[in-house]
Amino acid sequence: MARGLVVTGLLFVALSVSADEVSAPRRDELRNLLLQDCGSCHGMTMKGGLGPALTPQALQGKDREMLVVTILQGRPGTPMPPWQGMLSRADVEWLVDSLYQGVTP
Amino acid sequence: MNALLRLVVPGLLVLLAACTTPRGTGDMGVVIERASGSLAIVETTHDSRLGSVTGLGDLSHASVVYSRDGRYAYIFGRDGGLTKVDILTETIAKRIIQSGNSIGGAISQDGKLVAVSNYTPGGVRVFNADTLQPVADIPAVYGTDGKRSKVVGLVDAPDQRFVFSLYDAGEIWIADFSQGATPAITRFKNIGKQPYDGLISPDGRYYIAGLFGEDGMALLDLWHPQQGVKRILNHYGRGQRKLPVYKMPHLEGWAMTEEYAFLPSVGHYEVLVVKRNNWQQKAAIPVHGQPVFVMARPDGHQIWVNFAHPRNDTVQVIDTESLKIIKTLKPGKAVLHMEFTPRGEQVWISARDSNQVTVYDTRTFEVIATLPMDKPSGIFFTDRAHKTGL
Ligand code: HEC
Repeated sequence: MARGLVVTGLLFVALSVSADEVSAPRRDELRNLLLQDCGSCHGMTMKGGLGPALTPQALQGKDREMLVVTILQGRPGTPMPPWQGMLSRADVEWLVDSLYQGVTP
Repeated sequence: MNALLRLVVPGLLVLLAACTTPRGTGDMGVVIERASGSLAIVETTHDSRLGSVTGLGDLSHASVVYSRDGRYAYIFGRDGGLTKVDILTETIAKRIIQSGNSIGGAISQDGKLVAVSNYTPGGVRVFNADTLQPVADIPAVYGTDGKRSKVVGLVDAPDQRFVFSLYDAGEIWIADFSQGATPAITRFKNIGKQPYDGLISPDGRYYIAGLFGEDGMALLDLWHPQQGVKRILNHYGRGQRKLPVYKMPHLEGWAMTEEYAFLPSVGHYEVLVVKRNNWQQKAAIPVHGQPVFVMARPDGHQIWVNFAHPRNDTVQVIDTESLKIIKTLKPGKAVLHMEFTPRGEQVWISARDSNQVTVYDTRTFEVIATLPMDKPSGIFFTDRAHKTGL
């Protein structure tokens, strides 16, 4: 019982932190970026293009940190560009979590 | 007799009034409205929108070719959809889903075949332009274990050929349909790493693939394919640090004058100027960002350039004599495409995130009109119907 309360409390803290870090207007910007600018290589429906599909099925079982680092640093030798400087770590974590859940235009 | 006429004539008049006046399509075009999956039908005589066609699927990165009568637009969508739209009646004449994931297409010299290049499964599929019935399937198989490559840079070429590049394989293929529905394929291997797009000169002689994975470009002389693929601009950018590329350049159309060809560089904020007689670099013109489209006004006097994210609110104009930038314009947020009217007195520019298309006078650089559109991307006028490679 006491344990349950603590866990709920922790969850609440975690949720409110990420919500603080990526504000609502920023989320709109990120959503647009994901659909339009990531979409120009990954497809606006994330089903793939020059870059691979980023649908929930395609990302299933892939490590969150690996995906975050890929987006921040890019993949040298491939067209996947580094987004750090333009996107913060919190932005990118929000993007990856949106991708896990699935994005629709 | 008289009684019959009295009956028939009013009937005919009613019929005539119901039809709109016949018109040509030479001043018409389409604009892709990317988010809503619709097509705006426009005309450039009064710079207006005539109508819309919806139900075209995922139109991110969509491209268009025209039937030679300028009446039908073939729309290649990202979701593998191929739609034939009648731009006069503003209706879908035919629509098929031909693959999982496509990137672009081309129409044959005789106008009878429409080819689509696909990412997955990698290859080219060819359809009857009239019925959209399948004619040929060309899987882009490479290496020894049956892997298939993404196909990019598909263009039509004289003598009923299609030419395209294999992104994963680093190859250029010619598919020759001059002998009928079963193409003769010629493969050129080791043309360079990661060709990302291709273009053909307006006379249909030279095919050039841009390379992402290494410096330079791959050149094929289609008058002498047996001479193989040559590397040009090989030393370009060597030793310089490459900047990240947030959007791949497009090699659609061919910006050239009598003396020079103008090409986007990859990973450098420059437009490359190449001498046409020996394919040597003449200059690199510093510009505002990573170029995406580098397009010549039809008379060859100006080159218009737009740029990749995040520097995509700008268009620059280069004078082809002095090789200097003569104008910098801000047509809106996320400028995606530019299209000249057939004789080049106007250019239409789409700004996706400003939800508008701006029409500029190319002599005075003044805004002639702005048309509200829903996330506009590609703009395609019907004069493409009569141009090789477009
Ligand atoms: C210029 C083209 C391009 C753009 C723009 C682009 N990507 Fe990529 N991306 C690629 C390519 C190509 C790969 C595959 C790299 C490889 O071969 O490992 C990739 C890989 C990835 C991966 C790794 C997928 C996996 O399964 O390992 C993620 C995640 C990703 N991109 C996310 C994004 C996001 C988010 C954006 C926008 C902020 C974006 N990309 C924009 C081309 C692009």
